[in-house]
Amino acid sequence: MARYYSKRLGIVLITLFLLSIVVFVLPRVAGDPVYLLLPSDASEEDRQELREELGLTKSLPEQYWIFLKGAVQGDFGESVYIRQPVTELIADRFPATLKLAAATFVFALPLGILLGILAAIRKNRWPDLLARSVAVAGQSLPNFWIGIMLILLFSVTWELLPTSGIGGPDHYVLPVITLGWVGLAGVTRLTRSSMLEVLGSDYITFLRASGIPEKSVVLKHALRNAAIPVVTMAAIMFGYLLTGSIVVESVFAWPGMGRLAYESVARADFPLIQGIVLFYGVIFISLNLLADLFYSWIDPRIRYQ
Amino acid sequence: MDKLLVVEDLKTHFFIRRGVIKAVDGVTFSLGRGESLGLVGESGSGKSMMCLSILRLVPQPAGRIVGGSIRFEGDNLLDKTEREMRYIRGGKIALIPQDPMTSLDPTFSVWSQLSERLRLHRGLSGKPLWDRSVELLRQVRIPSPEERLHAYPHQLSGGMRQRVIGAMALGCEPSLLIADEPTTALDVTIQAQYLLLLREMRDRLGAGLIFVTHDLGIVECMCDRVAVMYAGKIVEEAPVTSIFADARHPYTRALLKSVPRLGERSERLTAIEGQPPDLARLPTGCAFRPRCPIRVGLCEEYPPLAQFEGGHRAACWLAK
Repeated sequence: MARYYSKRLGIVLITLFLLSIVVFVLPRVAGDPVYLLLPSDASEEDRQELREELGLTKSLPEQYWIFLKGAVQGDFGESVYIRQPVTELIADRFPATLKLAAATFVFALPLGILLGILAAIRKNRWPDLLARSVAVAGQSLPNFWIGIMLILLFSVTWELLPTSGIGGPDHYVLPVITLGWVGLAGVTRLTRSSMLEVLGSDYITFLRASGIPEKSVVLKHALRNAAIPVVTMAAIMFGYLLTGSIVVESVFAWPGMGRLAYESVARADFPLIQGIVLFYGVIFISLNLLADLFYSWIDPRIRYQ
Repeated sequence: MDKLLVVEDLKTHFFIRRGVIKAVDGVTFSLGRGESLGLVGESGSGKSMMCLSILRLVPQPAGRIVGGSIRFEGDNLLDKTEREMRYIRGGKIALIPQDPMTSLDPTFSVWSQLSERLRLHRGLSGKPLWDRSVELLRQVRIPSPEERLHAYPHQLSGGMRQRVIGAMALGCEPSLLIADEPTTALDVTIQAQYLLLLREMRDRLGAGLIFVTHDLGIVECMCDRVAVMYAGKIVEEAPVTSIFADARHPYTRALLKSVPRLGERSERLTAIEGQPPDLARLPTGCAFRPRCPIRVGLCEEYPPLAQFEGGHRAACWLAK
């Protein structure tokens, strides 16, 4: 058990190290930020001066060492464009994204699982058709279109909900539906197919033949066996939600991480890109670890391996 | 004699796009307490649906029991509510699953699965529940039962899992065991163990046994009587000894020639000509007619299941 987790921890550290190299090299290959920061008629001397100030004249290994040393202490330097510490910028934007992500997750995951179960136990009847329609719509309609249509209907025509910005609970309704529908669709389909597979297995027949009530057969036994792929998907979904959606944040003017990430790339703001991508990396790795812990709780066969 | 189970003219049909599949089509038989009946036939002859019908677990919504009656301990099971059936399933009639390797829920411990059943059917809880569980595992000869109760199915060997399933059936004290091809999925050494365990359980409980198989050799050592099914109907039923010595239906005779038997100088085995019938497009009259070596004109009408001496029944115009 201890060996298993120390091995996992080792893999996490190696992954983060590799990610730090990629995230360090890519912005430097992609372009020289100095050209974007200074007006196009700036002299070559001014540019050189700025490069020196930003530390871009040092050798690459030296730059990487400085970056790495700071990063392990939680310091990702200063944004070259906004001239504010990267950690501060992230700390500023992340809460809005976290709130929206949590609300969306709480909406999409339980509803998706519920629809998936209903679809599986009422296969080819109306609950199944309803669930499948919801899923097809969620996976085929682009979310910017869903967002705009919802605004048109609920905010403009009926004037029930605010169009944009962050605020009280009513501000969450439309962004949550827009952002959550794709995830809801995925969870519904996966739960349905996973449940259908499990419900056809020998032990389910044996449970039914042993007189176990159908409620317990479905919710206790079948759901637990069908949960592994759903947990995987939930972790990935939550990861995407936490990294923020540029499209949905733009449609609803939501001050979150997605737009910050987009802006940092557009401005070749390399310290900010590095900080954000590494932060994303930590989020995904933590969620994967969490999912792994969950697997071993759900399925004893995964324990101690 | 007071019969444990009396099935009369049972009809289980499946309604699919291609038509109606008569999986069980007018089956009549009975079973006494402590008696063992072998149910034999090719795949698709309706033997498994026969078992599921008794438990009222026919796959919905396509399948439906459309006629007949199943009298079990005097009551017609078809009149029971779903709630009443739950207590009968497992509690009064236990199904012994086909493959012990895949018949336990992999995510719950032996204790959790065994106690769930004992709580439901025997109303046990607390210390008595634990003690009874330990005792049951001991009865099926599982070593160090206290430890094994905490194990998960994947930590047990195939033989152990059989015994756990045996303990579940024993603990609920059913009066009828239904074993649906309990050995087809197993390799030969485990097969023999499983059969011994089944026999022991039957004798300990004094329960009736319906043993579904397509292996006539196993029937010979497990059962008192045999019923041969073909295309949803019983075509012949007889005491085990008389079916081997004196099969009256041409299908039974063909079946006997197609399986090897222990302790007999082997003649050539012969396969049965033709294909098992398409249940949605059965011929009129005797369903075996197209494959029958001795068919006559009369076979276009369905022959009744005629009674012969010694409790022998056969549905063939030419049987005597």
